[in-house]
Amino acid sequence: MNPAVEPVLKARGLVKRYGRVTALNNADFDLYPGEILAVIGDNGAGKSSLIKAISGATNVDEGKMWLDGKPFHFNSPLEAREAGIETVYQNLALSPALSIADNMFMGREIRRSGVMGSMFKMLDNKEMQRIAREKLNELGLMTIQNINQAVETLSGGQRQGVAVARAAAFGSRVVILDEPTAALGVKESRKVLELIQDVRSRGMPIVLISHNMPHVFEVADRIHVHRLGRRLCTINPKDYTMSDAVAFMTGAQEPPAEAVAA
Amino acid sequence: MSGAESAASPKQDFEKALDQSDTSVASFDTKEKSFLDRIQHFLHGNPTMVPVIVLLASVVVFGLLAGSRFFSPFNLSLIIQQVSIIGILAAAQSLIILTAGIDLSVAAIMVLMSVISGKLAVEMGVPAPLALLVAFVGGTAAGIMNGLLVTRIKLPPFIVTLGTWNIFFALNLWLSGAQSIRSQDIDSAAPLLKFFGNNIALGSARLTYGSILMVVVFVALWYMLNKTAWGRHVYAIGDDKEAAELAGIRTDRTLVSVYALAGFVCAIGAWASIGRVGSVSPQSFYEGNLQSITAVVIGGISLFGGRGSIMGALFGALIVGVFQSGLRLAGVDVLWQVFAIGWLIIIAVAIDQWIRKVSA
Ligand SMILES: Nc1ncnc2c1ncn2[C@@H]1O[C@H](COP(=O)(O)OP(=O)(O)O)[C@@H](O)[C@H]1O
Ligand SMILES: [Mg+2]
Repeated sequence: MNPAVEPVLKARGLVKRYGRVTALNNADFDLYPGEILAVIGDNGAGKSSLIKAISGATNVDEGKMWLDGKPFHFNSPLEAREAGIETVYQNLALSPALSIADNMFMGREIRRSGVMGSMFKMLDNKEMQRIAREKLNELGLMTIQNINQAVETLSGGQRQGVAVARAAAFGSRVVILDEPTAALGVKESRKVLELIQDVRSRGMPIVLISHNMPHVFEVADRIHVHRLGRRLCTINPKDYTMSDAVAFMTGAQEPPAEAVAA
Repeated sequence: MSGAESAASPKQDFEKALDQSDTSVASFDTKEKSFLDRIQHFLHGNPTMVPVIVLLASVVVFGLLAGSRFFSPFNLSLIIQQVSIIGILAAAQSLIILTAGIDLSVAAIMVLMSVISGKLAVEMGVPAPLALLVAFVGGTAAGIMNGLLVTRIKLPPFIVTLGTWNIFFALNLWLSGAQSIRSQDIDSAAPLLKFFGNNIALGSARLTYGSILMVVVFVALWYMLNKTAWGRHVYAIGDDKEAAELAGIRTDRTLVSVYALAGFVCAIGAWASIGRVGSVSPQSFYEGNLQSITAVVIGGISLFGGRGSIMGALFGALIVGVFQSGLRLAGVDVLWQVFAIGWLIIIAVAIDQWIRKVSA
């Protein structure tokens, strides 16, 4: 990457301990404008911990983070969201008993216009349902018949679709996706990959955590390899094969020196 | 993601390859559903139907057993009057239980606030509206105290409110000297305190203002829970607090507001209770905490949070009232009333568990 370009998101020396487990061990991170950055790594490597630190879902024990060159520290996911960072967490962060529309607008509900909205704080359910339906349609997730269906009555793939649609619809600065295609079928995964490229074409950078090497190599501009709680190296998918990437992330092969320096 | 889900995905892929297969799979699904499955799904979507059905059925059964004495307008209005205070407490309790908490202190807050307003207005000569205002502020503050202990110190609601129940009860005995304030003293010094004891006569029915107040409280809270963003957040927190936090809800702040509102509703109950009892009695409603939980549970609100309608608690309170009145009029000993309520609680929770197991 061009060192003259300021990363959108930058982190240095992140440390996160859970009791005796060190989930992040001096981890660095860079996300550049307009790129799709894939983060790969073994189970337990600390990928989710990394994005939780960035998105304000957990407090790190040590380390510094910058957004557009300015130091930041989010104390809650809400603060990250207000800064335009939308995250699809690995556990999706949906409320199972609430409807699809309720979940998509959780924390950013639309109120009625006029006195009913301003005085009586009445929600505009029709409008929220309309927008939710539209967003899911764009994602090709309209095997869902009823937007007022409780999320717990959806299949795993449909739930993931709802979470991804929510992030894509409301992200304005960065979209982070933690294993968004893990429970999806081929067709649904394809939709999510298209959506990711769609979001990028709007100029928004994306962090994609995934185990699926074909997906990663298809869409990523750069690949951040995470191992044992830290960034092992960053590689360009054009210069390496999928088996190289797997060898780095499992420790079967030492990464090249120039990739480590990046 | 779980192993079951990833194991299921190749099959989904296979289906997706066939363009029209989605719909045919779905319609096949519905044919497979048994009658019981349908009931389960229906109740899952309409959790208030269980208490409504139980209420209607019990009214019919006791009507047959006890005849016109039960069905008289006077008796039916008496039932509503008798459950009005526990009903208001159940409304406050519902708020807390929807967040997956429990509040053992609701009745203690209520009685303490009735004692405070009675002391001020009747014995210290404070104008009655001001005395009531102090009670409303006090009830809200008591709720905030519970809320802060739950969110800041991160203690389980059960423990916090078990503690504050005792604290508020002790304060109540200390302030009142365990002495009631007599009805005639209230009448002469501050009749406003007994306002909700007044009634409207409709034929032989006697609809007290307190009964109307209970319904108004439920309707207002129903609106807040179902028609405002705050209500969505309350349900989301009860459903999965961590998910709600990740989705951008200020969960702790919302929780404190829920406890504060519950405390405020208890203060409303305090005012209504003076009218209902006719005096300020520090020893009254000692079982109110558990009775309010009983009404909520029979009303189909899940103790695990996030499920059920607050209107269920109103029906739950009425069911208890109908059982007590019906069994009494049918000449059944009080102990069997208690026995019946016990079974109602267990059956209600069992049904809730079953509804929650609804499959996709
Ligand atoms: N909330 C938590 N409490 C305790 N340990 C945790 C918690 N979250 C993650 N860990 C531990 O931190 C390590 C990294 O986890 P995670 O970031 O989820 O890895 P990945 O997403 O790469 O699979 C693992 O050993 C995991 O068990
Ligand atoms: Mg993970």
